[in-house]
Amino acid sequence: MAEFSTPTTEQQFAENFAQLKPVMNRTEALYESSRCLFCFDAPCIKACPSGIDIPQFIRQINSGNDTGAARTIYEANYFGNACGKVCPTEVLCEGACVYNLQEVKPIEIGRLQSFATTKVIKSGEKLFGPGADNGKKVAVIGAGPAGISAACELRSLGYGVDVFEAKAQPSGLTVYGVAPYKITNEETLAEMTYLQAQFGYNVHFNSAISSREELEKLEDKYDAIFLGIGLGKTNELGLPGEDKINCTGAVEFIAELRQHHHEVAVGRKVIVLGGGNTAMDAASESSRLGAENVILAYRRAKVEMGAYEFEYDLAKGVGVKGLFNVAPVEITGNGYVSGVKFIRTETKDGRVQEIAGSEFIEPCDMVIKATGQAKQTEFLSLIPGLKLDGKGRIMADAHTGQTSNPKYFASGDAWNGGAEVVNAAAEAKLTARGIHAYLSK
Amino acid sequence: MPDLSINFAGIKSPNPFWLASAPPTNSGYQVMKAFDAGWGGAVWKTLGVPVVNVSSRYGGVNYRDKRLVGFNNIELISDRPLSHNLREIEEVKKRFPNHAVIASLMVQSRQEWHDIVRASEDAGADGLELNFGCPHGMCERGMGSAVGQEPKVLQMIVEWVMEVARKPVIVKLTPNISDITEPALAARRGGADAISLINTIQSIVGVDLDRFAPYPIVDGKGTNGGYCGPAVKPIALNMVKNCAQHPDVRLPISGIGGIENWRDAVEHILLGASSVQVCTAVMHFGFGIIREMTSGLEQYMVEKGFNTINDMVGKALPNVLHWEDLNMKYKVTANINEDKCIGCQLCYTACEDGAHQAIKLNAGTRVPEIIEENCVGCNLCSLVCPVEQCITMEQTDSGTQHLTWKERTEAGDIPTKFEDEQAGGRHHWVPEPSAALGKERYKTLPGKARIISGETVAPAEA
Ligand SMILES: Cc1cc2nc3c(=O)[nH]c(=O)nc-3n(C[C@H](O)[C@H](O)[C@H](O)COP(=O)(O)OP(=O)(O)OC[C@H]3O[C@@H](n4cnc5c(N)ncnc54)[C@H](O)[C@@H]3O)c2cc1C
Ligand SMILES: Cc1cc2nc3c(=O)[nH]c(=O)nc-3n(C[C@H](O)[C@H](O)[C@H](O)COP(=O)(O)O)c2cc1C
Ligand code: SF4
Ligand code: SF4
Ligand code: SF4
Repeated sequence: MAEFSTPTTEQQFAENFAQLKPVMNRTEALYESSRCLFCFDAPCIKACPSGIDIPQFIRQINSGNDTGAARTIYEANYFGNACGKVCPTEVLCEGACVYNLQEVKPIEIGRLQSFATTKVIKSGEKLFGPGADNGKKVAVIGAGPAGISAACELRSLGYGVDVFEAKAQPSGLTVYGVAPYKITNEETLAEMTYLQAQFGYNVHFNSAISSREELEKLEDKYDAIFLGIGLGKTNELGLPGEDKINCTGAVEFIAELRQHHHEVAVGRKVIVLGGGNTAMDAASESSRLGAENVILAYRRAKVEMGAYEFEYDLAKGVGVKGLFNVAPVEITGNGYVSGVKFIRTETKDGRVQEIAGSEFIEPCDMVIKATGQAKQTEFLSLIPGLKLDGKGRIMADAHTGQTSNPKYFASGDAWNGGAEVVNAAAEAKLTARGIHAYLSK
Repeated sequence: MPDLSINFAGIKSPNPFWLASAPPTNSGYQVMKAFDAGWGGAVWKTLGVPVVNVSSRYGGVNYRDKRLVGFNNIELISDRPLSHNLREIEEVKKRFPNHAVIASLMVQSRQEWHDIVRASEDAGADGLELNFGCPHGMCERGMGSAVGQEPKVLQMIVEWVMEVARKPVIVKLTPNISDITEPALAARRGGADAISLINTIQSIVGVDLDRFAPYPIVDGKGTNGGYCGPAVKPIALNMVKNCAQHPDVRLPISGIGGIENWRDAVEHILLGASSVQVCTAVMHFGFGIIREMTSGLEQYMVEKGFNTINDMVGKALPNVLHWEDLNMKYKVTANINEDKCIGCQLCYTACEDGAHQAIKLNAGTRVPEIIEENCVGCNLCSLVCPVEQCITMEQTDSGTQHLTWKERTEAGDIPTKFEDEQAGGRHHWVPEPSAALGKERYKTLPGKARIISGETVAPAEA
């Protein structure tokens, strides 16, 4: 039995999706920051992909210099507030904190980070600004963590920046993908507004770049083009019955959820296919939307799931049940989903094998496919000379972000194949400097 | 069960814990509540010609997440009418005949002293404490620390008091003086029965960064106040020790200053106090802390086999020597317990930047290594290490040799010239100054991210 009743109002939605890392108050921040040891060559810094000087900003919070703390954070990572709330800190900064070795709770770095950044966002205090105009212009495709971070850094280096975004809001999956119990839309968008006010880049919403002509215009008008397009739709499974009503992709389901909250309907019994973090999110979210039964079906054993342990624990904590070593073979039903036909599997020498004759039907009224996002290879094929690797990822220099077409640069999920917000933010910052180095030649 | 009761210069009390003369002893209501809670005695808030106080009057020193590690006040003596205080003393004594009630007094003329001593004794006070300590407000009027800083005047006033006093007289000393034994000796010469110390230390606890005024702020202005609380214990302990060790003072001591738990009290006692007084801790946490204090003291006495408080008094004094009598042949070296080490490397930075460059880092591990030949055994690393018992100081000398500075002086074996070969520092290894350059880590510059580590950014086939 699920523990959540179906939310019908915004308030009930907020209760069911209560923040896992609520913003600290000053007393909490004071107490927590007091514990930081100010380690030398701190392991937490090394574990953060964006290399924030963590002991420095924690000490700044402790001495009452919250604004200075926010500056330290934003200097390294423009998604400072979002990262504090959505980063898998358990395996990043907090996972590296020396307190773990003493079996003492590590410093709540993420929450301290959000404490300081939320404060400046609320006050609107200006910490940064654009650099002196250098007369050059860069087009950024995609207003996700990669695109926006690149835009900020490029503006601070004096470039004119136009961002083209297919959707109606900035921040990419931070507002269309990440689970709502990690960050609210208001928080995400407030940070975006804050950044844009500081750096003054232009964002053109509902402006998907999708044709060769549009790309040509950008190539003519801009000195460089940054690709921050992320990944695509949920992968098709190629199963019979996949087109049935109530069989949906996780990315699409979650995007709906982030935008329409309690107005999104969920089945009574939901089957989520997949074993990654997105599957955990989708399962957890279904449960919080009031589904009575949520089953997470994965084709390998529990220990082989790609999801972080704490993400699985989170899903289990809200009543999600696991069904392991099963592969879907068909979505059953007549127009509407009525169940999933599975076949049992076993893993031999690392390969999943089906056990003949072990098919069974698990009834349900909704199927969520969390089986990975497709790459935008069709769109990318419109860019002359752009090389992709075997998995459809854009190939680019690890330090400059430059692709095989020298005018194009890439970062984020489209380049790394799908990681976290913090990776996209950190990579884009480096790439912006790669663009600067290229255009300064 | 050990016996906690004391007889301090003739004042009897069921345990050595007294409330110091301060706001917690401002009224009969408070003193009765305290006795009911378990306190052994109370020194009443100082009686004298009633005064008028200002608002606000207290300032605090907070350290990180800890409040009031230091505390100060610009309060004066009791602002309540003398007759009210005396009547309440009488009432308390009726209800608690076996508890110690001591009247703290501060007046100016000989006649006033005679009158107030008689009045207090008539009200039933078990003893008198002469307040020669207030470092603010009263001293400008020629009382309090103004007296405590003038041994001759102090002695004269004690003599006035002794002319009429029938109950034991304690002289409370001010720490705002270079040698605490001078007023202590003056108290003895004047005929006092005991001394108590310390009163508060002249202080400014902080400055308001927005209003440019010292705390506590009275209508935008402030003044220096008296400092107390946990932060003053080290100063108090040293002064208690100085009085206890002085061969001519020979008076019972009531230890005051920074006592918050049984450990603090035992420290005062081991250095020579035979009763202790508490103010700030009660203002912070209330009378209830007495339960922890008595139970801790009792447990300690059981463990150490002390039957009475007297058995413990001054037990540490024989081990407090002058610097010149310490053994210079004794040597300890730092030792890191690798299993306990959490790799914070605070010991490394402390020794590297703050001491003797005797700790190094090795690639592949975050556990630092002690360079034994450079380690002077200063203790710093073990003090900064956040893990209990992780860095220990191990004795590395043979244990057979003993040589003190005094002995060396007597043997003419000490450095006497500016460039003397015998100077201790000549034999320490010190790196070349230029080796310091470029050691600080790369710091984030405004608007610049750090270099991000290769592993997290390079895609497999790129
Ligand atoms: C369900 C889910 C949950 C996640 N949860 C977390 C989490 O908890 N914590 C975490 O750190 N990370 C999480 N992630 C990963 C994280 O969201 C991504 O790594 C990050 O958003 C990548 O940033 P990006 O800018 O590369 O791509 P995106 O965020 O995908 O942004 C790409 C943007 O480009 C736009 N775009 C694409 N093509 C075009 C085009 N042709 N023209 C114009 N605009 C275009 C898109 O509309 C989008 O706004 C999650 C991802 C998913 C799918
Ligand atoms: C607000 C306040 C008022 C005090 N008033 C007196 C007083 O009237 N007479 C006195 O002898 N000492 C007075 N003291 C000093 C205390 O009795 C005591 O000596 C000092 O606070 C040190 O002890 P502590 O560290 O336990 O607070 C006062 C202290 C404080 C904090
Ligand atoms: S590892 Fe932990 S204690 Fe050390 S600096 Fe980082 S947050 Fe602070
Ligand atoms: S950005 Fe993420 S990983 Fe880095 S310090 Fe902040 S919360 Fe931790
Ligand atoms: S201070 Fe202690 S815990 Fe930290 S590195 Fe040194 S020995 Fe290890």
